[in-house]
Amino acid sequence: MAEETPWQQALRYANRANPYPFYTELRKTPVARQPDGTYVVSTYREIVTLLHDPRVSSDVRKLPSRAPAPAAAEPGAEPITEAVIELEPNIITCDPPEHDHDRRMMTRHFFGPADAPHQISDLEPDIRRIVAGLLDGMRGKTRIDVVDEFAYPLPVTLICKILGVPLEDEPRFHAWIETALDALDFGPEAASEEMRSRLAGARRSVKELAQFMAGLLEQYAERPGPGMLSAMVHDGGPDGRMSKGVLASNAVLLLFAGHETTVNLIAHSVLTLLRHPEALEELRRRPELIVPAVEELLRFESSVQFWHTRSAVEDIDIAGTTIPAGSPIFLVYGSANRDPQRFENPDQLDLQRPDNQHLGFSQGIHYCFGAPLARLEVQVAVDEFVRRVENPRLVTDPPPYRHNQIFRGPRHVLVDIDGIRD
Amino acid sequence: MTLVATLAELVSDFRANGRIVIVGASLAGLRAAEALREEGFSGSLTIIGDEPYEPYDRPPLSKQVLKGWMPAEHTLLPRFREVDAQWRLGVAATGLDRVARQVRLADGDQIPYHRLLIATGTRARPWPNPAEAALEGVFALRSRDDAARLQQALATRPSRVLVIGGGFIGSEVASVCRELDIPVTLTERGPAPLVGALGGVIGEIAAQMQRDHGVDLRCGVSVSSLEGDAAGHVRRARLSDGTTIEVDVVLAALGSIRNVEWLQGSGLAAGPWGVGCDAGGRAFDINGVVTDSVYVAGDVARMPHVLYEYQFLAMEHWDNAVFGAEVAAHNMVNLEPHYRPHLLLPGFWSGQFGVNIKSVGVPPFGDEIIFTQGSVKDRSFAAAYGRRGRIVAAVTFDHGKWLEYYARLIEQSAPFPPPPPGWDRPDIMKPVPAEFPAPGVPTAIPDVVLTGHDPNERRAEFRPRGH
Repeated sequence: MAEETPWQQALRYANRANPYPFYTELRKTPVARQPDGTYVVSTYREIVTLLHDPRVSSDVRKLPSRAPAPAAAEPGAEPITEAVIELEPNIITCDPPEHDHDRRMMTRHFFGPADAPHQISDLEPDIRRIVAGLLDGMRGKTRIDVVDEFAYPLPVTLICKILGVPLEDEPRFHAWIETALDALDFGPEAASEEMRSRLAGARRSVKELAQFMAGLLEQYAERPGPGMLSAMVHDGGPDGRMSKGVLASNAVLLLFAGHETTVNLIAHSVLTLLRHPEALEELRRRPELIVPAVEELLRFESSVQFWHTRSAVEDIDIAGTTIPAGSPIFLVYGSANRDPQRFENPDQLDLQRPDNQHLGFSQGIHYCFGAPLARLEVQVAVDEFVRRVENPRLVTDPPPYRHNQIFRGPRHVLVDIDGIRD
Repeated sequence: MTLVATLAELVSDFRANGRIVIVGASLAGLRAAEALREEGFSGSLTIIGDEPYEPYDRPPLSKQVLKGWMPAEHTLLPRFREVDAQWRLGVAATGLDRVARQVRLADGDQIPYHRLLIATGTRARPWPNPAEAALEGVFALRSRDDAARLQQALATRPSRVLVIGGGFIGSEVASVCRELDIPVTLTERGPAPLVGALGGVIGEIAAQMQRDHGVDLRCGVSVSSLEGDAAGHVRRARLSDGTTIEVDVVLAALGSIRNVEWLQGSGLAAGPWGVGCDAGGRAFDINGVVTDSVYVAGDVARMPHVLYEYQFLAMEHWDNAVFGAEVAAHNMVNLEPHYRPHLLLPGFWSGQFGVNIKSVGVPPFGDEIIFTQGSVKDRSFAAAYGRRGRIVAAVTFDHGKWLEYYARLIEQSAPFPPPPPGWDRPDIMKPVPAEFPAPGVPTAIPDVVLTGHDPNERRAEFRPRGH
């Protein structure tokens, strides 16, 4: 058996808590061809270049078929990505002009119209209220799980409100998303017995989630309600309406991306600060540092470690190599954000890091749609956690991680506390 | 003590005890002040501005402010740090004595300096006939007060607005008028709006965009005169083609004049083209010799640019003010070999008729243009400008996220035309002439003459025209 590449090693579950040493190896070859023909890009400069190159497609339908994974031989057990491809493309997985049109429509409903673009900032009182409620709920406890009791409930409550998804449905869609996320694997373990057995369930979950959203949209089509989904169903704006299928795909995307990545960011932020007591103390002393602090936390533990739907439409010369037309391209944001060519002492946490143009939200036309909301949520959550939680101590380090490699985050972060301040 | 140690001591002494004066209290002046403090300068800092206001942001004046979305006084620039400066606002600098190292103010004060930053920017070129310019209802647009006055005039719903000049300011104001459903006529001496900045091919698209939005666009004509009623309010404009238009608001959008008059007699290379300086912001004197104590930043600066055959460029753009100020500030408190060059790739943006127009590079430097992405019909596209087989600039309509790609190509002097994109290709991808007008002859440029014979006495001297 051939020796595994640094990229394959980085993807192994055993290295989920700390993939960074493998990224360091990986960056020695900024654009590294993998045995399956994928080009993995790990350095800041090259990733930024490709993010802005119009010869790179994000459209999964243009992804050339890779060598079939062993799992694909069994009916109903094709890779989970195949199940996603069956949906209409969403704004992350299509190219202009469709992308521009769809994103523009969604922008209007998410941020508000051009002359009143403060829908997101208007949410701050809601966010503060939810965070306060979660922290109040920890009173009397000596041990908390930061993921289940803090990082998860905030974003999910908010995105349901913004979209108009009933919070009562949370247990259902949470289970579907978990099942799908746990089955997605790009590494050597994809072929394992266990991962193969997860696939069928994951495909079903993706379908059920899509059907759930389609049903909700149908409901809003008949009877308008609060939130962005209903508004989009009834949009009579200059760009016309989205087709049902495209709307459903993007609704799934908004629900999923609208909370999963934020959960991981809040959990990682608390974890990282508890690992760096001097930074925690600095933030406690100077709460106004929360804005640059969240940027640094986004750099330090990126919620989206890499992205997998891009491919070269033409031959692209970069970093002394040619990515041939048709090749899949993985851009490893998590590695770019630790690239010493771009960030001085990249493995050190510096809440006041100057010129911190991290790729935690990517760049270019697919720049994170929800970034302003995520920033606001995490700023408020971390700020209040630092201010109110007395003497927090990590129970296990590293904590157990979720399986997913792209949306990397701890499954639980157990913390012992002395109490909750007012 | 070694020379190196002496110089280091000199620098640290200057940073602690030096006296810096910044003339100009707008974007460049403020950012320079912040950068000086950031660089560790803790000496005395004075900021002089002719307007009575704290530094404010100008781009919203011709857009959000005119639309009535935000009041003109809500445009103050964000502050990035304390600058601990003495502010002399509402009083213009009127003279510079480089021998005594003093700036003279309109109120008679003399402000001494060790190092000086000139950031006096530009002002709107007024309507040339002073009596007509003084008519009520005739406006220019550059300052906060200008914007507040014009906004008030638009809020009274005039029967027709006349915009004279189809550059960015003129086009943006015409766009605001249409958004407010006010009838508007725009006259442009050239063949189309925006031709000076973006050439005739893009100008034609801009012209069609204006007409589609209901602008009464008249190209190839100029305004001969403005006429008022008995009360002194403008009522009519006569055009060079013999027609007249009934109007009650007129905006003269005739470009800008650099604020250099106060430098007359200072012996600096200052004229209608700006204040010449090196790429580090150090001003040239009249002989073209670099000075050690006077620096320039922002709209008024004119410096050689390596990417454009070292031609002297004045970049009247927002980011040039910010980054030029930072570079000048850095160099003001450092010595060789710690100087930094200002190597900005110029860029600007405009919002008009619902379209976001952005550009990078120097479009008029190019002579060919090719559409590279998107659709001209939808007014959502990117185009690149080329000269002698290399890419020198790009422009986007609602495609601004792609500018970084073109910026990189321009920085690398990449071949023109650039490689085709993988998707969203325009119908026609073929370079065509970009159709820039021949450079006009600026008015009233003084002659520069050489005097003296002995090498020690040879000097350049300005001779105003007509003498």
